[in-house]
Amino acid sequence: MEDLTEKALEKVRDLGASYGDIRIVKRASERVEVKNGKVEGLVSQSDEGFGIRVIADGSWGFASSLMMDPDEVERVAELAVRIARASAQVEHDPVRLAPVEPAHGSFEFDVQQDPFEIPVEDKIRLLLDADGIMRQTPEIKVAESSMHFWRTETVFASTEGSYIEQTKTESGAGIEATAVKEGEVQRRSYPSSFGGDYAVAGYEFVEAWDLIGNAERIAKEAAKLLDAPQCPSDTRTLILEGSMLALQVHESCGHPIELDRVFGTEASYAGTSFLTPDKLGHFRYGSDIVSIAADATAPGGLGSFFFDDEGVPASRVDIIKDGIFVGYLTSRETAEKMGWRSGGAMRADGWNRIPLIRMTNINLDPGDWTLDEMIEDTKHGLYAEMVGSWSIDDKRLNFQFATEVAYDIEDGSLGQMYKNPTYTGITYEFWGNCDAIANRDEWHMWGVPNCGKGEPGQAMHVGHGVAPARFQNVRIGVMESPSEGETE
Amino acid sequence: MLGRDKALEILGTAIAYSQAEMTQVAVEIGESSLTRFANSVIHQNVSERNAGLGVKAVIGKRIGFATTNRLDEDSIKTVVDKAVSFAKHSEDNPDFVSLPTPKPVMQIETYDERTATYSPEDRAAVVAGMIAEARKHGASAAGSLSNGYEEFAVANSLGVAAYNVFSLAGLTTVMTADSGFGYADRISTSIRDFDPIEAAVEAAARSVQSRNPEAIEPGEYDVVLLPYAVAELVEFLSYLGLGALAVQEGRSFMCGKVGQKIAGENVTIWDDGLDPRGLPRSFDPEGVPKQRVDMIVNGVANAVVYDTYTAYKEGKESTGHGIGGIGTHGPFPTNMFMQPGDSSVEEMIASTKKGILVTRFHYTNAIHPILTVITGMTRDGTFLIESGKITKPLKNLRFTDSVLERLSNVELISKETRRQAWAVVPAIKARGFRFTGATEF
Repeated sequence: MEDLTEKALEKVRDLGASYGDIRIVKRASERVEVKNGKVEGLVSQSDEGFGIRVIADGSWGFASSLMMDPDEVERVAELAVRIARASAQVEHDPVRLAPVEPAHGSFEFDVQQDPFEIPVEDKIRLLLDADGIMRQTPEIKVAESSMHFWRTETVFASTEGSYIEQTKTESGAGIEATAVKEGEVQRRSYPSSFGGDYAVAGYEFVEAWDLIGNAERIAKEAAKLLDAPQCPSDTRTLILEGSMLALQVHESCGHPIELDRVFGTEASYAGTSFLTPDKLGHFRYGSDIVSIAADATAPGGLGSFFFDDEGVPASRVDIIKDGIFVGYLTSRETAEKMGWRSGGAMRADGWNRIPLIRMTNINLDPGDWTLDEMIEDTKHGLYAEMVGSWSIDDKRLNFQFATEVAYDIEDGSLGQMYKNPTYTGITYEFWGNCDAIANRDEWHMWGVPNCGKGEPGQAMHVGHGVAPARFQNVRIGVMESPSEGETE
Repeated sequence: MLGRDKALEILGTAIAYSQAEMTQVAVEIGESSLTRFANSVIHQNVSERNAGLGVKAVIGKRIGFATTNRLDEDSIKTVVDKAVSFAKHSEDNPDFVSLPTPKPVMQIETYDERTATYSPEDRAAVVAGMIAEARKHGASAAGSLSNGYEEFAVANSLGVAAYNVFSLAGLTTVMTADSGFGYADRISTSIRDFDPIEAAVEAAARSVQSRNPEAIEPGEYDVVLLPYAVAELVEFLSYLGLGALAVQEGRSFMCGKVGQKIAGENVTIWDDGLDPRGLPRSFDPEGVPKQRVDMIVNGVANAVVYDTYTAYKEGKESTGHGIGGIGTHGPFPTNMFMQPGDSSVEEMIASTKKGILVTRFHYTNAIHPILTVITGMTRDGTFLIESGKITKPLKNLRFTDSVLERLSNVELISKETRRQAWAVVPAIKARGFRFTGATEF
């Protein structure tokens, strides 16, 4: 690969670019999907190519291709520089990058069992067994189970002298039972919704979740939800289970701390952020017990790496400290504007996409409670589990999330099950009302493989380490519609 | 560009090499470029050349699927072997009957050379013009301008062989004037079909108009929804239940409703893949020709769309709405039309005593598929209408509402329609839209 990277970098230098880098990315994936006793997806995907990013005349250009030969590398290098010069036709301040030490080496995350070496029949059997158990519950009309594995090999080289090779293997799995009766659909998932849980790990991660052992439980819960009452609408204490809290962190903390959003460069698509730089160091984002860090070094996290896609080493960056907003996710370009060094959050979804500021692992520090203690300590509340749906405004302030299921908490005990639970709030008010977080024993790193951003679109793999937490004065149950009211 | 003959030759090679009983192979190859701007500067500017080859191998009722982006002979053989190996090691899918058999595919014009070859300098010049327009209004411009082409060919061992080449151009812009925001987008197979400066003026003018928004108490309001917002509602209907798989699995609002009224009599929605007013395609990724499907006619549930798998399950024919060979999502309509009316946005505003005008929605998500309840935010221009006039801009609101319930309460529909990515839709005025929350800007 080194001859291709050298050719690219030499070409962009010759053409007068002030900076250039090339990433060569090879990605293999395997997906197994079982639905209602049938293998509906057995898919192997492979993809390879390179992208060249340059600064010329003070502006960015990027071009990419699947054809890995020297002539194409030269064509793409020329195109990248030409694109940068076209960008420069519009009046602009020259792009400046915060410094980074050139890095060299080859890095690979160890996994115990290579998922690509596990026979596909074994994977199918595990999913079919879980599927069969879910469908023993008569109300289950759709049972789905899936596994997904990725191996990504990346070479990064820059005109500043870096040459870094990285290899990463990721695994994940989940099951989902959908119960249907006339006019009602209810779903339960495990270990989390929308495909399950994922990690930088091997097949051992899939086996550890015991999908088969949880299939009957979620099927019966989905069936029970069909006849459960609608979640009431009021304001009360809310306790969130881990995977739901992971999404809460993702949407209401992870996205607004992306410094490119803050600077307006995502304005036309995902939006901007309420966390403007004037708030840094003193804005109260949460209660005293809320501390959040972006940690690309966290073991197993889907957002972990050795170096980001600008060659910046992985690090842990404080974001919220004791409730106060103290840091951002940064790139070399945005860090330079703040007078900082990059925190290393530039990540690209493959060879044909530019790196953008993306979440790494955005983790909530554990507290000293247990979930059981939180419930026992709650007089009137709601315990809500697993992501149903999500929506948040374009500055990341007003959110509304639905969960798959919720239970009444009355005088310290779980009671009535509710269907269609939702809760809503304003980000900093919600986190300001956080008064209990579960301890390290209940803390888990959740993997989210589908975080969307950018034009053209990019899906990123990110992690969220959280433990269940409690929030006071939350508005719940706002989705009741007149037609639902009629059925109650 | 590969061209029809070369594309079909690649597919023929793969099919001839395959040891499966039935084999489907699809290839796509193309180039795309996108110039992105924000704060009135071009900050991202990208181009890619990519390809994809997907092989579906069928042995008995067992199916394997593999893809690659390498098109050399060795890679093609490797990906075919992988798909066949997966099929061998899979389990029977009793619902699978067959890959589609060949049917005549109509040739339609979907390629514009200028759009395919628009250069970085061309895009920069357009963006510069839009930024200049923003400055004239005292606004800052963000957005993207994209262009490119894609060749797509699909063939199977039963004789299906279809090829087409598409070009596509897209423009989105968000303009900011102090606390005001405005939006416009355009999309077409030809970049000559839209005027970027007109889009810039639309967004810039609205950003100025929406400065200094005021808060309003959430609740039920009559709304005037511009086509950007209407498209979101129609697209959610498609996603939630206008495909056969959703009906077969009992999770669609169409279940048991065919022949019954589910929306107002003034609401008619159909899909027509061949209609050039949208983004036409003559066949789906299985090579099945697109059929027109009238999904909701005068408010009555009429039909859903099928791919080969869901059609065989009911002894029907595919309507050409497959979305690819992988995944378990089922067919979707992707070139929808909502019947226009005889009104205009101006008439809608003039006829409203108290209501809210919504430019577009943001981050909309489904809450209940059968009740068609969705939630989302307003964005980029929300206004209060009082006594037939827009009186002030509003801070953005959250809505949580049933799409079909709102489409049962449509008072006025505009004559003018706008092409969006999946649907061509008018503006509407609807009664009793449910706003359930508010934000700070």
